[in-house]
Amino acid sequence: MVEVPVPKEKWSGKIGTVTLGAGPADGGSRAPVQIGGEGGMPFLSYEGLGSRQLIAGEVIDTADNLSELAVREFGDSVNDPEAWARQWVERFDADLVCLKLHSTNPEGRNTSPEDAVRTVLKVLAAVKVPVIIYGCGHEEKDAKTMEAVSNACSKERSLLGHAEETAYKTISAAATANRHALVAFSNLDINLAKQMNILLADFGVKLDNVVMDPLMAGLGMGLEYSYSVNERIRIAALMGDRMLQAPMLCDITPSWEAREATDDNAQWGDAEERGTWWEATTGLAALMSGADLLIVRSPRSAAILRDAIADLRGGK
Amino acid sequence: MPTAIEIFKFLPKKNCGKCNYPTCLAFAMQLANQKVKLSDCPFITEEAKAKLEASSAPPIRLIAVGSGENKVELGDETELYRHEKKFFHPTRYAVVISDLADEQGIALKLRRADQLRFDRVGQVMALDLLAVRNDSRDPARFAALVKRVAGASRLPLVLMSEDPAAIVAAAKGTTLERPLIHAATASNLDGMAAAAKELKCPLVVKADDLNALADLVGKAVAAGAEDLMLDLGVSNLQQTVERNTIVRKNAVKKTFRGLGYPIVTNACGQERGMLMSLVSTMKYGGIVLLDDLDPAHAIPLFVLRQNIYTDPQVPIQVKAGLYPINNPGADAPVLFTTNFSLTYFTVAADIEKSKVPAWLLVVDTEGLSVMTAFAAGKMTADSVAETLRSSGALEKSTKGLIVIPGMLSRMSGKLQELTGAKVVVGPRESSGIPKLLKTL
Repeated sequence: MVEVPVPKEKWSGKIGTVTLGAGPADGGSRAPVQIGGEGGMPFLSYEGLGSRQLIAGEVIDTADNLSELAVREFGDSVNDPEAWARQWVERFDADLVCLKLHSTNPEGRNTSPEDAVRTVLKVLAAVKVPVIIYGCGHEEKDAKTMEAVSNACSKERSLLGHAEETAYKTISAAATANRHALVAFSNLDINLAKQMNILLADFGVKLDNVVMDPLMAGLGMGLEYSYSVNERIRIAALMGDRMLQAPMLCDITPSWEAREATDDNAQWGDAEERGTWWEATTGLAALMSGADLLIVRSPRSAAILRDAIADLRGGK
Repeated sequence: MPTAIEIFKFLPKKNCGKCNYPTCLAFAMQLANQKVKLSDCPFITEEAKAKLEASSAPPIRLIAVGSGENKVELGDETELYRHEKKFFHPTRYAVVISDLADEQGIALKLRRADQLRFDRVGQVMALDLLAVRNDSRDPARFAALVKRVAGASRLPLVLMSEDPAAIVAAAKGTTLERPLIHAATASNLDGMAAAAKELKCPLVVKADDLNALADLVGKAVAAGAEDLMLDLGVSNLQQTVERNTIVRKNAVKKTFRGLGYPIVTNACGQERGMLMSLVSTMKYGGIVLLDDLDPAHAIPLFVLRQNIYTDPQVPIQVKAGLYPINNPGADAPVLFTTNFSLTYFTVAADIEKSKVPAWLLVVDTEGLSVMTAFAAGKMTADSVAETLRSSGALEKSTKGLIVIPGMLSRMSGKLQELTGAKVVVGPRESSGIPKLLKTL
């Protein structure tokens, strides 16, 4: 009988691991989780699987302009971050919650850092899973908000978003001071991703506190760029590039913004089903190209992705 | 493809010049560049010919199914990752019709062939094949349905049966050219290989163990069936990724040549058929067989394929022209951007988000982004003014207000001069568009 070889690559590097959330032993109040640790390309068990890829359910403190099709199942909870987070964990088995403090935007409601902290503490009290916390995307305001947030939940080891090339010092200092983990954001480019991690390292942030976000473009909106950037990051990391060995986070919620995802069109089938698969397909492409952690909007696509992860890992 | 030196070893080294090159080495160099044919050498031995042809064969054999304009081609891939060069022959999708299906079921699936056809950024995305499966085990019933499907649709067919006689009868009952036969297994290999050879059709060889599959492939080739595809018998996503990767990597890295054929994924009856189709699309799948394909699933699946099979060196372009967003009227402003799809999608999404009605003019920049197009002279005040004219933008929008990308602020004076419209310099980042639109 012919013997077909298993072409296992002999990689010299490995993806690092990052722990999110802190349990009572470390002064926190939740069950910690670990991401990363893969020794090969995604889902090749013969090269080394690493930790299970995790799903964070998105919660926004001001849920304007969200597609009803994505968040219908949460009902009125979308107006209450605490209830929304609880639903994600209790009804939909989210591994983490990702709280986005969009209300702090000075061009919108301009909620104060103190109010943002109150929301964060409520959400942290409502769930026992680790929490990812983002500001609103406004550099100066985020610096203030995230500093206050970091101090207010200093024992919980949250994942704070995000540091980027033009704005990383305040948030890095805030994260490091309270032993939170940090999202290193870069814009669809392997070199920028590496540069960001180098900047953080030079600033004194340890790599086991860093999760990379190389910007996941949605299906039909440049997904192929992200897919290849992610793959190249993973390959470089496995080939031994220390500065690209941080685990990878992909926020797939922008996939709901593609018009084709939810437009009403009789020839295109049911819009909710289509939108759900639009997000799930984006998430699957993120996973297949190297994501360790996904931020997801719809509980239906979260369920599809959770099932896909288990099956891709052979039930492990 | 072997190098010139590797080829040279097999040449007669007579330097006779009969191949029109002065020396055998010169001829070898031409051969390595695929400029000449091996048969131009009158002294080449059969043994050398066989060896050279085997080593210059593509790592994954190119397989054609069907004929004419709907023909599909699979294989002939050379890469593991799309960024290394590109993926050449996109994954194809087939909907399977059982010969036990009732009239309604058959009609529904025949309709899919027409229904699943969408235009996207200037490309047609459509269902590629239909398959007929001999669940009845009745050759006559199978042949009748094959005949009906072949008459009703112009898509290439997959003939699915375990019975070589049923395949031959069905194929001969129509004028079908090159249907794909599914599948030869350990229990029917000889008959299927003979049928494929007789019908001159590509044949799927199936086994759920790769070693056994390689054995069967060897036997099929020995029996004269050379156009093969592989069904790896996968039943979950892990097997799909792992087996597809093993087959692809062995072939393109040339560590093992015995499975250098495109892959068929049979997602019929699978609990995770849609996920399996998506994974196959990303990971080396050739043809995916599906029980059915709802439009709500077809669109994300087709778009994923379009994305993954995009040439990384050639950006997807959007058709130049005027696009209405949020139902604009004559008093809505005109914004313009490049035809690089990523830029267009970002800008269009940001305008939509603003809920402010606007016209978005897409200027043909050959797929370059704003800054690159400007630097390369592909986006000038003249070319923008020309597109404004040819698209009739300033008749549809009589407000006389043009918003230009922030990075092009330098062109505002000239554009104002050329068009007579008021030019507003927009933000440098698309994300600032909603804020700007609300102030206009």
